[in-house]
Amino acid sequence: MSSELPLLSLVVWTPIIGGLLVLAIGSGKHVLEARVVSLLVALLTFAISIPLYVQFDPTSFQMQFVELHPWIERFNIHYHLGVDGISMPLILLTTFTTVLVVLAGWEVIQYKPAQYMAAFLIMEGLMNGVFAALDAMLFYVFWEALLIPMFVVIGIWGGPRRVYATIKFFLYTFLGSVFMLVSLIYMYFQADSFAILDFHTLKLGLTAQILIFIAFLLAFAVKVPMWPVHTWLPDAHVEAPTGGSVILAAIMLKLGAYGFLRFSLPITPDASRELDWLMIALSLIAVVYIGFVALVQKDMKKLVAYSSISHMGFVTLGFFIAFTIFENTGSWKGAAMGIEGGIVQMISHGFISGAMFLSIGVLYDRVHSREIAAYGGVTNTMPTFAAFAVLFAMANAGLPGTSGFVGEFMVILSAFKANFWFAFFAALTLIIGAAYTLWMVKRVFFGEVANDNVAKLKDINAREFIILGTLAVAVLFFGIYPAPLLDVMGVSVQHLLEHIAQSKL
Amino acid sequence: MQNVYLTIVLAPLFGAIIAGLFGHFISRRAAHTVTIAGVAVSAIFSLYVFKHIVLDGAEPYNGTVYTWMVSDGIRFEVGFLIDSLSAMMMAVVTFVSLMVHIYTIGYMHDDPGYKRFFSYISLFTFSMLMLVMSNNFMQLFFGWEAVGLVSYLLIGFWYKRPTAIFANLKAFLVNRVGDFGFLLGIAAVLMYFNSLDYADVFAAAPMMADMTIEVIPGIEWSLMTVICILLFIGAMGKSAQVPLHVWLPDSMEGPTPISALIHAATMVTAGIFMVARMSPLYELSTTALGVVLVIGAITALFMGILGIIQNDIKRVVAYSTLSQLGYMTVALGASAYAAGVFHLMTHAFFKALLFLAAGSVIIGMHHEQDIRKMGGIKKYMPITYWTMLIGSLALIGFPGFAGFFSKDAIIEAVHLSHTPGAGFAYFAVLIGVFITAFYSFRMFFLVFHGEERMDAHTREHLHESPWVVTGPLIALAVPSVFAGAIFIGPMLFGDFFEGAIFVSPERDVLGHLGEHFHGWFSFVLHGLTGPAFYLAAAGVGSAWYLYLKRPDIPAVIKERSGVLYTILEHKYGFDDFNEKVIAAGSRGLGRLLWQVGDVKLIDGFIVNGAARSVGWFSGVIRYLQTGFLYHYAFAMFLGLFVLIAIFVF
Repeated sequence: MSSELPLLSLVVWTPIIGGLLVLAIGSGKHVLEARVVSLLVALLTFAISIPLYVQFDPTSFQMQFVELHPWIERFNIHYHLGVDGISMPLILLTTFTTVLVVLAGWEVIQYKPAQYMAAFLIMEGLMNGVFAALDAMLFYVFWEALLIPMFVVIGIWGGPRRVYATIKFFLYTFLGSVFMLVSLIYMYFQADSFAILDFHTLKLGLTAQILIFIAFLLAFAVKVPMWPVHTWLPDAHVEAPTGGSVILAAIMLKLGAYGFLRFSLPITPDASRELDWLMIALSLIAVVYIGFVALVQKDMKKLVAYSSISHMGFVTLGFFIAFTIFENTGSWKGAAMGIEGGIVQMISHGFISGAMFLSIGVLYDRVHSREIAAYGGVTNTMPTFAAFAVLFAMANAGLPGTSGFVGEFMVILSAFKANFWFAFFAALTLIIGAAYTLWMVKRVFFGEVANDNVAKLKDINAREFIILGTLAVAVLFFGIYPAPLLDVMGVSVQHLLEHIAQSKL
Repeated sequence: MQNVYLTIVLAPLFGAIIAGLFGHFISRRAAHTVTIAGVAVSAIFSLYVFKHIVLDGAEPYNGTVYTWMVSDGIRFEVGFLIDSLSAMMMAVVTFVSLMVHIYTIGYMHDDPGYKRFFSYISLFTFSMLMLVMSNNFMQLFFGWEAVGLVSYLLIGFWYKRPTAIFANLKAFLVNRVGDFGFLLGIAAVLMYFNSLDYADVFAAAPMMADMTIEVIPGIEWSLMTVICILLFIGAMGKSAQVPLHVWLPDSMEGPTPISALIHAATMVTAGIFMVARMSPLYELSTTALGVVLVIGAITALFMGILGIIQNDIKRVVAYSTLSQLGYMTVALGASAYAAGVFHLMTHAFFKALLFLAAGSVIIGMHHEQDIRKMGGIKKYMPITYWTMLIGSLALIGFPGFAGFFSKDAIIEAVHLSHTPGAGFAYFAVLIGVFITAFYSFRMFFLVFHGEERMDAHTREHLHESPWVVTGPLIALAVPSVFAGAIFIGPMLFGDFFEGAIFVSPERDVLGHLGEHFHGWFSFVLHGLTGPAFYLAAAGVGSAWYLYLKRPDIPAVIKERSGVLYTILEHKYGFDDFNEKVIAAGSRGLGRLLWQVGDVKLIDGFIVNGAARSVGWFSGVIRYLQTGFLYHYAFAMFLGLFVLIAIFVF
């Protein structure tokens, strides 16, 4: 089912060109115009991305909406775009989230607002590029280019320790990706192509696979982030402006997880099987260890950052239990649920972490503190906001009926088939996740009005209501009816699983 | 019929949404009208379903509403299973909920959160109905957690009170411990049955009876035992069984109507309902039944004892709820599921009545809850007095009252049971009868009889509550008297639960009891000769003697009992343990992992350490770049010399 229009190119380039346009008109006095144009561009991109869902053929595992043009012919590099049921929902998540981020920065960002908006629009295009790229070089270019606007966003609109945070963020992620580049070039020499799908079918020995797997792991684990390369994230979040945190948590973390599905598993299935114990161990450490760390955070953003790491542990756990399920039960049945659960968790975490950071932003804009101790009894002055916050907190704690439940539920069900103890440790999040989230809610929202700042708080305005309300609808919708999400990814995940079940040796 | 079932579920949800989301735009009157109408519709339709399924004997309904999702070839569906068990639960839940809704008009009259409260209790009704009407484990878990959410919201309803927001967090987390086990149980079911539908699972269960799994390598456990115990951990959380009972007494921080509805009549019985629903699984594991029996017995006895020393009127009733939930659990463990569910039903009526009556007293006393400051209220609040008396008699199992039938059936069933632990359980439930009677009437006498210990101001304003409060009391008093006699025949010894509850013949204690059952009247006469009746009478008598006749003695006993009293006062130390060991331990572990793991090791040693070593290394390297030409020339010559040397030799 291909459309007449090059939809993928449009979702990649519309925001980038739009972002440049905003930069051009936004200097000087045309601040309002810049904001309006930004919003229109974000809305337009979102609108363009909707046909990707509507026209998507869920019965096919083939790449769809494919665009293929030669780019650098000397190295056989192509401008090659296409999506399957795994990447398409992530593009929609990106275009959806960007609209909210633009709205969230509307009147809050007073310093260089046009540049701020432009950075997010350009970032949106680049992220869509990462998800849509089917050529490894193109992927790599988008992947690395993405660092720049995020670096700028944290570096310019960030908090007091933004320099430390940006350098840490940049070095961490850049260092990780260098190894990925090396392995991509290695595979180019083997396959004489940079097409990711050619890499999938490329024969590789076990040693080569393990080295490539580790190289990818370094790149992707930093992005996800997995323990122990996670410490850049809390710092980056704390220093980033609200919009930066939202994009970081909702989309950027997903890039790493997406990489595991698009590169690690299909390109190096045997290495994945050899090293799955490592991935499972790191995932469970993320869920449990990081959960305990989140419990004692005093800074709301840090708490949610740690909570993100913990939740992303479910994603990587869901992806890498397939092999153990096969060993334990002699069948691949149940493995697809783990992978699908991981993807659902990615989407859902996009909504929920975005909502959590936006909620913290609402408070920060008013009181200019992220410390939990600076609040108390916010419900008294902001009842509507408190209702949203409790909803998102419950979603973060994985309450059934919210999207936060679906992915965790599926991964736990699947993990049980692999090993009782995997499920046991993963399910501990039911307790730990509820503990850190609701304890924060208790200290921030409940109780008597704690101080003058809280007493002076004004409840959310219409703009904030629309942002949080939209996310609330999304969180509830996919909690009550996740089928639309599962339907598009089912065949693609099944195909992926059939592929990784075949040894390359 | 599907539309009827859908209406039953959605009507309260509709009310909740209107009162909750659009509360700003409607009056208080509109808020309570729409929610009460929703629940009333639900209640009427539930009675109709009860008639349809139970009285007319229609086939059970098992149908899908919509497909939640399909993953890995497994359909997760939202659907209803309506058989006699769910029909009975629906009737009880909606009836009690309706009474509580009406009562709330009076009780919450002056509260600024009036509309929010109605929204919550309607949302609760929706959630509870989803739970009992489910035909699969996924939806069961949804309802299970949803009632937990509403319970959280309602315990913390007065969100300014530190005790309330402590209690609601505690309740949610303790329930989550139970849900943790519950979810693992569901995962086990899915793994071995490849379906989460009750019908599929129950049909396949007998074939799995002999299957063993190794949770700990090297040790073989019966699959059914593992599944049943994991599921029961969930029930222990929700139905407040030791050691997960700690949240229930604290939940009394919530407004009294929800103590009646959620923390006595309905939500806390979800665990009982669940185990009864899963009877085809539990019947396959004697070990699991033994665990259920012993846990229930411990709860029934030891939580009852704590009821004796409570001075808060609501806490007395709360501990009695814990103890009665223990009785129900004991019945389940003895394979007398029908008796457990029967007690669930009678208990829902009389315990809701007791709580609402206690609430009526609290209104009269201007929110004073300490029974030591009451006394002699009988003449001021006659309706409350008489309804509370009925509730108390039903609770202690006075012959002829509803609680008598259900409790006696449990005691007799445990007596006949051969499940491991039955001997201890029989002892526990018998002693429990004395204790129940004692603390119930201790409270009753202290509140309604004896000298008036309240201050003059309170006494002046003391009067009977308005009809919206007393009406529900009377409406609940009726089934508290009659429900037992009416339903004991069909429910316990007839075919009421045929097809809904499964008991294997060798454990069928109720079938055994039924051979000697000749109608409710002879059951009453038989009860008059049993030990339970004498123990209850002794309990009431002691309470009368100690608190009305010789009120000086309790203080002496308290003084002389020393250590024992301290243990009771600390509630056996569960709370202290949880706070000082588990909660503080978790925070300590979190700090350790954070400060040592993340900050010192990863960031301090590796990340910033790496940065420092790069800095140090470049500092060293920098010395090579001195900027003096002769240094570079010297290095060039040296290099040239070395290269030539290598080349030549």
